[in-house]
Amino acid sequence: MKDKLRSMKDAVADFVRDGDTVVIEGFTHLICFAAAHEIIRQGRKGLTLCRLTPDLIYDQMIASGCCRKLVFSWAGNPGVGSLHAFRRAVEASPPLLEIEEYSHFGMVGRMCAGAANLPFWPMRNYTGADIPASNPLIKAIQCPYTGEKLATVPALRPDATIIHAQRADRAGNTQIWGLMGVQKEAAFASKRVIVAVEEIVDEAVIRSDPNRTLIPSFQVDAVVLEPWGAHPSYAQGYYDRDNDFYVRWDKIARGEASIAKYLDEFVLGVKDRAEYMKKNPGLAERLRAKPSVCAGVDYGY
Amino acid sequence: MMTVQAARELKDGEVVFVGIGLPNLACNLARATHAPNLVLIYESGAVGAVPDRVPPSIGDPALVTGSLMVCGMSDVFQLILQNGKIQVGFLGGAQLDRYGNINTTVVGSYKSPKVRLPGSGGACEIAVHAQRVLIIMKLSKRTFMEKVDYITSPGTRPAGQPRGGVSMPGRGPIKVITDLGLLEPDPQTGELTLTSIYPGVTVDQVRENIGWPLKVREPLGSVGLPSAAELKLLREVLDPQRLHIK
Repeated sequence: MKDKLRSMKDAVADFVRDGDTVVIEGFTHLICFAAAHEIIRQGRKGLTLCRLTPDLIYDQMIASGCCRKLVFSWAGNPGVGSLHAFRRAVEASPPLLEIEEYSHFGMVGRMCAGAANLPFWPMRNYTGADIPASNPLIKAIQCPYTGEKLATVPALRPDATIIHAQRADRAGNTQIWGLMGVQKEAAFASKRVIVAVEEIVDEAVIRSDPNRTLIPSFQVDAVVLEPWGAHPSYAQGYYDRDNDFYVRWDKIARGEASIAKYLDEFVLGVKDRAEYMKKNPGLAERLRAKPSVCAGVDYGY
Repeated sequence: MMTVQAARELKDGEVVFVGIGLPNLACNLARATHAPNLVLIYESGAVGAVPDRVPPSIGDPALVTGSLMVCGMSDVFQLILQNGKIQVGFLGGAQLDRYGNINTTVVGSYKSPKVRLPGSGGACEIAVHAQRVLIIMKLSKRTFMEKVDYITSPGTRPAGQPRGGVSMPGRGPIKVITDLGLLEPDPQTGELTLTSIYPGVTVDQVRENIGWPLKVREPLGSVGLPSAAELKLLREVLDPQRLHIK
């Protein structure tokens, strides 16, 4: 077994490069803020950032100047309102950020095509909508069997994908439960994959419950042990979403100075996630999950 | 009133694609009253969710705990939505026109927007595929307009044509639930028409808040006020912190 355990610093240094197309996925759940913060600390430039929901994580990366282009399908602060750094960049004249926009289904299709090693993905969608007119990469084909006109989206093949998960072994066999978003497709579509986890477990633990494995080790380049690495997002069974911080970000992100102050203190001013947690006293006690344990199943034969 | 009205549109046992905010509240009100077997599906992948708190986001962990199934989003959009399994979808937006086209993308032009809104999310495909679409929006001349700046989610006459056929399988918007009354598409033209008003509201009041010459279907229906039981549930159980209701 190859031991792929690294620090976040080394994993980002080795696998995320200037100008890369980068996906940090996770739909509300398991968004790896720790990786984004390390990318910001290492000063990566010219990234094409792709996610269904840019969320606070890409708002922070846009504000810190890592991002050249954003590929997305819903750019808001979930349950709160706008992403202000994103809006400032897009509403500027001329815009400070290039965008490529789909719907969620369109982004899901792009990841499916990339993961299946196909050039595009067909779908029934977009009739009567302006989305294809503002994004010429959304095209149409005629079905060779029925003659039906189908919308198509191009495959997404990221240079690097970063996934947060509850647990993995040191080789990178990765298990996730709760909302799974498009993490499996994003990982299989990507040239390089970093997995950050709440816990490292023995291979025997993975083998005891193989249906829980979302990404197998051969698809993973680095494993990072990063407890609380998803905060202010959450990890089912470990800690709750920090909804108060999502509300607070609305205020922080309204001004460039207040974002810079936040980044200085909580991103650039710390060397890793452990220091970030020390800067947030009481956070663990406030958000730690109450148990709701499943009994497990019998894999015998 | 809008929440109660939306809840009343849902039949027991239906499969519903739920959005955050009022739709979520409406679905949970329906589940607590006349539709205990409603199947709530969230685009995040929670199927048959039974949230024990008001979920602040569409991917809240409380949607997972105790749900019937959790699946990836490629399953949500392909096996469930595109495969025609969603009976009711909810939409809202910043702008709506007389054919129920909705804009949640930009105010102004796409290339240099006055206000950049979040975009589609799953709204476009919900508008295409859900068997019935319910729109919940407060009436105002600023939002109910002759022509929307951008069509994010197609309405009753996509590309000028009636719906139907494989590329537009859903019936589209069948009702717009507002704070003053209900609009429904005319079966011939697809144009949204006033069909019911709430107690104490006049037709003129509705007209003052709509940016196109509104047609009224006669006889105009009336809508019953929320019952004491519905109000008690909303205020004391479903949204005690008044996150979504006043």
